[in-house]
Amino acid sequence: MMPRPLPADPMIRQLVRQAQQATLGRRTLLAGAGAGAAALALAACSTGGAAKPSAAADVSDSDKTIRWDNWALYIDVDDAGSYPTLEAFTAETGIKVAYTEAVDDNNTYYGKVKDQLALGKDIGADVACLTDWMVGRLIRFGYTQGLDHANIPNLSNLVPSLKDVDFDPGRSMSVPWQGGFAGIAWNKEKLPNGFTSVSELWDPSLKGRVGVLSEMRDTMGLIMLDQGVDISGKWGDSEFGAAIDEFKKQVANGQVRNIKGNAYKEDLVNEDTLAAIVWSGDIVQLNAENGDKWGFAVPEKGGTLWNDNFIVPIGSPRKKNVEKLINYYYEPAVAAEVAAYVNYITPVAGAKEAAMAIDPELANNQLIFPDDATLAKAHVFRTLDGTEEQKYGADFQSILLGA
Amino acid sequence: MAFAAFSSTTAQADPAPRRRSRVALLLLLPGILYLVLFFLTPLVSLLITSFQAPAEFGDIGQYTYAFNWQNYVDVVTDYWPHIVRSFVFALAATVLALLFSYPLAYFIGVTARRWPLLQSLMLVLVIAPFFISFLLRTLAWKQLLSDESFVVTSLKAVSLLAPDAHLTGTPIAVIFGLTYNFIPFMTLPLYTTLERLDLRYLEAASDLYAHPFEVFRKVTIPLSMPGIVAGTLLTFIPAAGDYVNASRDFLGGPDSQMIGNVIEANFLVLLNYPAAAALSIILMSVILVIVGIYVKRAGTEELL
Repeated sequence: MMPRPLPADPMIRQLVRQAQQATLGRRTLLAGAGAGAAALALAACSTGGAAKPSAAADVSDSDKTIRWDNWALYIDVDDAGSYPTLEAFTAETGIKVAYTEAVDDNNTYYGKVKDQLALGKDIGADVACLTDWMVGRLIRFGYTQGLDHANIPNLSNLVPSLKDVDFDPGRSMSVPWQGGFAGIAWNKEKLPNGFTSVSELWDPSLKGRVGVLSEMRDTMGLIMLDQGVDISGKWGDSEFGAAIDEFKKQVANGQVRNIKGNAYKEDLVNEDTLAAIVWSGDIVQLNAENGDKWGFAVPEKGGTLWNDNFIVPIGSPRKKNVEKLINYYYEPAVAAEVAAYVNYITPVAGAKEAAMAIDPELANNQLIFPDDATLAKAHVFRTLDGTEEQKYGADFQSILLGA
Repeated sequence: MAFAAFSSTTAQADPAPRRRSRVALLLLLPGILYLVLFFLTPLVSLLITSFQAPAEFGDIGQYTYAFNWQNYVDVVTDYWPHIVRSFVFALAATVLALLFSYPLAYFIGVTARRWPLLQSLMLVLVIAPFFISFLLRTLAWKQLLSDESFVVTSLKAVSLLAPDAHLTGTPIAVIFGLTYNFIPFMTLPLYTTLERLDLRYLEAASDLYAHPFEVFRKVTIPLSMPGIVAGTLLTFIPAAGDYVNASRDFLGGPDSQMIGNVIEANFLVLLNYPAAAALSIILMSVILVIVGIYVKRAGTEELL
């Protein structure tokens, strides 16, 4: 094709020239395509495969260290900021522990480590404490290492009710660290009568002043228990659906003020919420900071009981060290020392007796050392399979997102 | 713009040399590499993810490569209210920020010209919030707007707020938070254009018997258009994608969730990566289209 002569008008001439320069040459196009292909190749590096990774070789005998990821305020701390029980452990075994408050939320922690876990790579931690349902998922995916019970003789101190859980029969992969209840807390100054059931939260006088947890298993568990469902047993779509309908109604009509994770504590303190579904240990701490302002009860029809569990990620080369650490924390005296600080429920039998020696008042606190009557009201939300996790999770989230 | 026409003629007379130079290419290389690695790659990855389909017999969060464009249809049907809400909130915050910022920027840039010390002091005050973390400031507002706070009790005392109403967890609080957090991004570009505003144009307009309002509408506003465009873009784009203010842990509630919160929930909680990716692509494209139309209509392409 012959190039056409340019028009005489200088301005149009200039415009045409600019347009010609701006057209995409073949070479530029190829360069662009090359860059795109390179980017594609890089992007494809991330894996989507479902093959189970294999455990890393153990170097515990030569490398006396442990990296431990745990939740905030979940171990004893002294005024100098060091951890007395961990220091005692190091003195006893020579194993140094790097303790990090790296777990802020099960979901975000999972989001951070899932790709390394899928490849069987080190996640930067040899042990992490995560909640039952997340541990169930990790075990299902083959992301955890089997624990050698011969190295954990103190495991015999594990309370009988937690020895067999549906996500880890026989505790071959996970061992409880601390646990707690989800129940109801209320502002004792404004609501002196207290609460015995979840349905009392739906009283019109409390409109817009009720908080619930964004943790599906606790909020839905409490509502389902209130509706007479055994959450540990066999239940399905219809039971969950009935509870979701109730929950949706209470959110839509403004009865429920907000649905929060750890931030619910601020709402209780500034009185945006006067009553809420909460975690027991938080209330012990809030009362200690704000002068015994809140009451707490496990509803008569039942509350949920959850545990955070030690697991050894598949890529950790220091499983044997971790087993020693678990064994150490299953000594009743050590467990009592931790319980005195963290205010959650210890899974170690005999810790109550050991606590009695430290502080009798502590040993009688129902939220830290619950008696059989309290424990009888606490139920564990059964483990969901992958399909249920997706489906029920989506139903619950759609209410949180107001859809 | 009328004034830009004069200056462009001089620029045309001396076009930049178009010689290809190895040095220039070499100097560009780090930038290009950076863009390929940290912009193009994630973008391509996001695009691929957005078309993924659930793995057969797969568990939660397991997807395979596919061309499942249905993902886009699904997220739009499920979440169109959130998409609309995000842009409405962002628009409201942008308009409010402009209304608050313009007089402020005018005062700092024009009225306070005679007192340089006051001018710099006020600029520092505008920037000062940046010294404290964005999250902390938003948390502070959550406290300030809580039910038993001074703000809410006094609003109720003068009957501006119904006795059983509240602020935290409502759309009002979210729009307020967005406005507050993005005001400096509006004020600073406005200030930079107003600071260079040639007051003789305003004098000329009033000499020609223009009413002060007329002067403002026909002279000041057109002259400060670059600042308005830059400020509104700097506010609108991040506000539309913001997920902190609307988060239930900060100022939002279940009925004020924005698209960023939906993406977060799909990505972190539901592990529905294709849905989160599709929503991100949609958000990006809609912003691109809106901004394109806006810039075209404002007639200020040369500013960008």
